[in-house]
Amino acid sequence: MSAPTSASSAVQIAAGVRSGQLKAADVLEEHLARIDNREGEIHAFNLVLADQARAAAAAVDAAVAAGNDPGPLAGVPVALKDNMCTHGIATTCSSKILDGWKPPYDATVVTRLIAAGAVTVGKTNLDEFAMGSSTENSAFGATRNPRDTSRVPGGSSGGSAAAVAAGFSSVSLGSDTGGSIRQPAALCGVVGVKPTYGYVSRYGLVAFASSLDQIGPFTNTVEDAALLLDVIGGHDPMDSTSIPAPQPSLLGAIQQGVEGLRVGRITDLPEGADPDVVERLEAAFDALRAAGATIVDVQVPAFSYGLTAYYLIAPAEASSNLARYDGVRYGMRVNAPDTNSMYGVTRTAGFGDEVKRRIMLGTYALSAGYYDAYYGKALKVRRMIADDFDRAYQRADVLLTPTSPTVAFPFGAKGDNPFAMYLCDVYTIPTNLAGHPGMSVPFGTGAEGLPVGVQVLSGTLGEPQMFRTAAALERAMGAAK
Amino acid sequence: MSETSVSQGTTGTAGSFVYTAGPATGNEILIDGWELIVGLEVHVELATLTKLFSASANRFGDDPNTNIDPVTLGLPGALPVLNRHAVELAMRIGLALNCTIQPSTFHRKNYFYPDMPKAYQISQYDQPINVNGFLALPDGKQIGIERAHLEEDTGKSTHFGGTGGRIHGSDYSLIDFNRAGVPLVEIVSRPDIRTAEEARQYVTELRSILVAIGASDAKMEEGSMRCDANVSVHKPGTPYGTRCEIKNVNSIRSLGRAIEYEARRQIDMNDAGETVRQETRHWDENDGRTHTLRSKEDADDYRYFLEPDLVPLHPSAEWIQAVRDAMPMLPGARRARLSQATGVPADAEAIMVVVERGQDDYVLAVAAAGGDVGRALVHVKEAFADEGATPTVPAADLAGLTLLEVRGSITATQAKTVLADIVAAGGGDATAIAAAKGFEAMDTGALEAMVDQVLADNPVAWAKYCSGEDKAMGALVGAAMKASQGKADGKLVTALVQAKRKG
Repeated sequence: MSAPTSASSAVQIAAGVRSGQLKAADVLEEHLARIDNREGEIHAFNLVLADQARAAAAAVDAAVAAGNDPGPLAGVPVALKDNMCTHGIATTCSSKILDGWKPPYDATVVTRLIAAGAVTVGKTNLDEFAMGSSTENSAFGATRNPRDTSRVPGGSSGGSAAAVAAGFSSVSLGSDTGGSIRQPAALCGVVGVKPTYGYVSRYGLVAFASSLDQIGPFTNTVEDAALLLDVIGGHDPMDSTSIPAPQPSLLGAIQQGVEGLRVGRITDLPEGADPDVVERLEAAFDALRAAGATIVDVQVPAFSYGLTAYYLIAPAEASSNLARYDGVRYGMRVNAPDTNSMYGVTRTAGFGDEVKRRIMLGTYALSAGYYDAYYGKALKVRRMIADDFDRAYQRADVLLTPTSPTVAFPFGAKGDNPFAMYLCDVYTIPTNLAGHPGMSVPFGTGAEGLPVGVQVLSGTLGEPQMFRTAAALERAMGAAK
Repeated sequence: MSETSVSQGTTGTAGSFVYTAGPATGNEILIDGWELIVGLEVHVELATLTKLFSASANRFGDDPNTNIDPVTLGLPGALPVLNRHAVELAMRIGLALNCTIQPSTFHRKNYFYPDMPKAYQISQYDQPINVNGFLALPDGKQIGIERAHLEEDTGKSTHFGGTGGRIHGSDYSLIDFNRAGVPLVEIVSRPDIRTAEEARQYVTELRSILVAIGASDAKMEEGSMRCDANVSVHKPGTPYGTRCEIKNVNSIRSLGRAIEYEARRQIDMNDAGETVRQETRHWDENDGRTHTLRSKEDADDYRYFLEPDLVPLHPSAEWIQAVRDAMPMLPGARRARLSQATGVPADAEAIMVVVERGQDDYVLAVAAAGGDVGRALVHVKEAFADEGATPTVPAADLAGLTLLEVRGSITATQAKTVLADIVAAGGGDATAIAAAKGFEAMDTGALEAMVDQVLADNPVAWAKYCSGEDKAMGALVGAAMKASQGKADGKLVTALVQAKRKG
C-alpha cells in the first residue's frame, strides 16, 4: 500500500485542513490519483464522483481561507456504500432493478458527513442489496481485495472496505446486517464498526433487513472510527428506531486504557475458525491481559443458533422490503401484457440469484401456516440470544471473538454453496440479532500473510468500552511492529 | 332450509373477525323466519394536516401527485415517522366509542398493487390502539365496537379502457399518490346490527360523532368515510350463518340497499337448499345487486409481521387524560341534554335535526335569555336549516318571539311570519315587527263567536267531526284560520271545537 504522503489518518487530515496546513484539494488529488492508478484492478466503486469531490474540496479550502471552520471531517475523503441515498446521484445497491434511479434526497449520514466537511469521492460496490459475504453478488462485477487481488474483499460492504484498504478514500461507510462491515474489514485489514442498533440513523439507507441494518465506518485507525461515529451518530427524528438520547464522545473514550476492564472469552463459541485465526485471537487476549485487563470465561449458549435464526428473520424482512421494486414507479421495468406479469418479468430480470433466494425464503417463512414454525420461532431464538448476551455482560464488559472464521478466500471458493458463504458470518450475526455493537480490529496476519481481524463485542451502548478495547489492541499491534 | 347447512357454513368462518353472539336486542326483525346479522367496518380519513407517517399535506382535491415525498412514494431508504396528531384523533375516536385505549403496535400487511407504493400497508393488527367499546344508537341500543385501529391509506388508481373501470383488461392506469399515507382509522363493529335501518342509524350516528370530535369530515361521497358490511343470516337459536363482505358501498342509502339485497340473496339461497360461500362481494349501485369479487380461497396471504421501522405506541395515562379533557360533548349527550330541557324525546326528529346541525347550544341560549325552550326548538328546527351552529339571529330576539306566543299576544301562524322576517334580517324585535304587521291575538270572546260562525258555515264537516271523524277537524280549523286572516291561534281553535263536541 502506498501510504498517504500528506497525512495518514482522517484525524490528521481534518486537523491539517482546519489549521490551513493542508489543502483539502491536495488531499483529494492524492486519493484520486490512487483511484486512477488501481481502481481498474480493484473495482471498489460503482461510481467515482471526481468532479463533485473537487468542488467539495475547493469549498472546504475556501471556507478555511475565509476563516470559517468546515467541521470535524474537513477535507476528509469518504466513500459511501452504494446503498446510501445521495441526492441526484445514482444509488444502485449493485442491482439492475434500481437502474436509472436517482434519489431526490440525501441519507441522514450523508447530510451529516457533508455538514462536517467531508468530501465524497464515490459510491462503493456491494453484494446486491447487501446480501452476501464476498461482494461477488454485485450485478456490476466483483470487487478485489487490495491485499491480494486473487481474493475477495469480504462483503457485503466489500467496496467500502477495499476503498479504505487501497487508499482510495481516507474513510468509508458501510452497512452491517449480519456482519457486512466487520467481516470485510477483517479480510481487508482495516477497522470496521457495527454500532448499537439505533446509534446511527437508517434514514436513506436502502433497507435489507430493517431490524438488523446499521450503518458504520471503515477506517485505518480506531481513532478515525471514533471520529466518524461521533459525526454520524446521535438521534435523528427521521428514524423512529434511532435512540432518542445524545451519545458520549468516543474520541474521548479511547483515551482511557483497559486497566481493570473485564474481557470475556466465550467458552461455548461455535467451532470452525481456522487455526491461524484462533492463534491471533489468543494473541489478542494476551495483549489485553498485558495491558491490564482481566480475562473472564462466559457462556452464550444461544450464540450457535444465531445463523439459522438470522436466515429466517433477515430474509423475511427482506421479502417485504424488496417488494416495492415492482417496476411501477422507478428503476427497471420489463413490459408485459398485464400488471401481474409485469411484476414477474421485471423482478426476474432485475434481481440476482442470491436476492431471489432470500425473497423466496423470507416469503415462505412468513406465510400462513409456516409463520409460527419459522419466523415466530426465530424471533424466540433472537430473544434467547439477547438474554444470553445480557447474562454474559453481567460478568464481562466486552467479549472477544474472531471476526471471520477464515482469512480472505479466493473468488468462487464458495460460489456453488450458499450455506458455506453464510457461515462466513457465524461470529458476527448474533450481535445484530441482539442489537449490540461490535467492531473488527486488524490484529496481525494469518495464512499467506493475509490480514486477520479480532472482533470486540459489547452490550447495548457499550461503544465506549468497545472502543477502549479496540484502541488497546491497536496499540499492542503498533508496539509489536 | 335445514339448520344443518347453516351450521356447516359457520365452520368455514376464519380470519381475525370471528362472529360471536352479541347482546340480546329484544327487537329482532325476522325476514321469512331468518334473522339478519350485520357487522360494519368503517374506514375514516383523519382530519390531520399531514400524513400518517410523513410531512406531506393530507388534503383532498389537489392536483394529482402534488402531496408526495420519499415516504409517501415508498422510495428506497425512506422511513415512517408516526404523526402525533393522528394518534390523538384515533384516541378521541376510541374515547367517543367507549373503547379501552391500550398499548399498540404496527404491522406490515404485504400485497402487491400498483397504488400501494411499498407493496405493504402499515396497519395495526393484533394490538390495535382502541378495543372493546360501543356506540349507542339514538334509541339507546348499543352496538359493540370490537376495535378502532390506525392504518395508512393507499393511493388512488384510475383505469382506462377495458370494462368497468377495473385494472383487469384496462389499457392503462393512472395513479395519484396524494391519498397514499393519509391516516385512517378502521372502526370494526361487533355483529350486533339486526336490520338495514339499524345499519343506517349506526353509520349516521358514527358520522355525527366523528364530525363532532373533529376526527374526520366523514364524507362518504368524497371517500373520507368508507363502509364495508359483513352480512349473514340465520334462524334464531342456531349458529350464525356464513358471512359475505360487501364492498363499494358509497352512501348511507346504498348501505341499506346493499344489506337488504344481500340478505334477500342469502335467504333465497338457503331456502333453495344452496350453501352461501364466504366471499367478498361488490355492490353495484346501478343494478342494485352484489357480485362476487373474490372467494375466500382467493384471498391474499398478507404475511403480517411487526413493522420493524416503528416502535410500539404506548400513550401515557397523562396523554390519554389530556385527550379526554379536550373532548367536546358528543351528539348523544347533547340530545339527552336538549331532551331534558324540552321534555321532547331524545330521538324525536326535532332534537335529532337540531343537534345534527349543532344548534342545540343556541336553543339552550334562547331558553337562558328567558325564551320558551320548546317553541325555540321548533322554530330553530323549522327556520334555521340554512344557519350553522351559531345562527346570526341573537338568542334574545328569538326568546322575545317565543314570549309573545306564550303570552298569547300572537298566534303560531303569525309567529312564523315574524320569525321569517327576523331570520331574513339576521335579528329583530319581535314585538315591533308584530305591531308593524298589525298582528294581535283575538280575544277569547271574539274567537268563540267566530268558531260558532265557522261551525254554522260548515255543517257537513261539523257533522262528520261529531260522528267521530277526527280528521274533519282539519277542515274546521282551516276555515277558522281563513276567517280570521291568520290571527286565530290554531291550538285555541282546536280546543274550542273539541270542547263544543263534548259539550
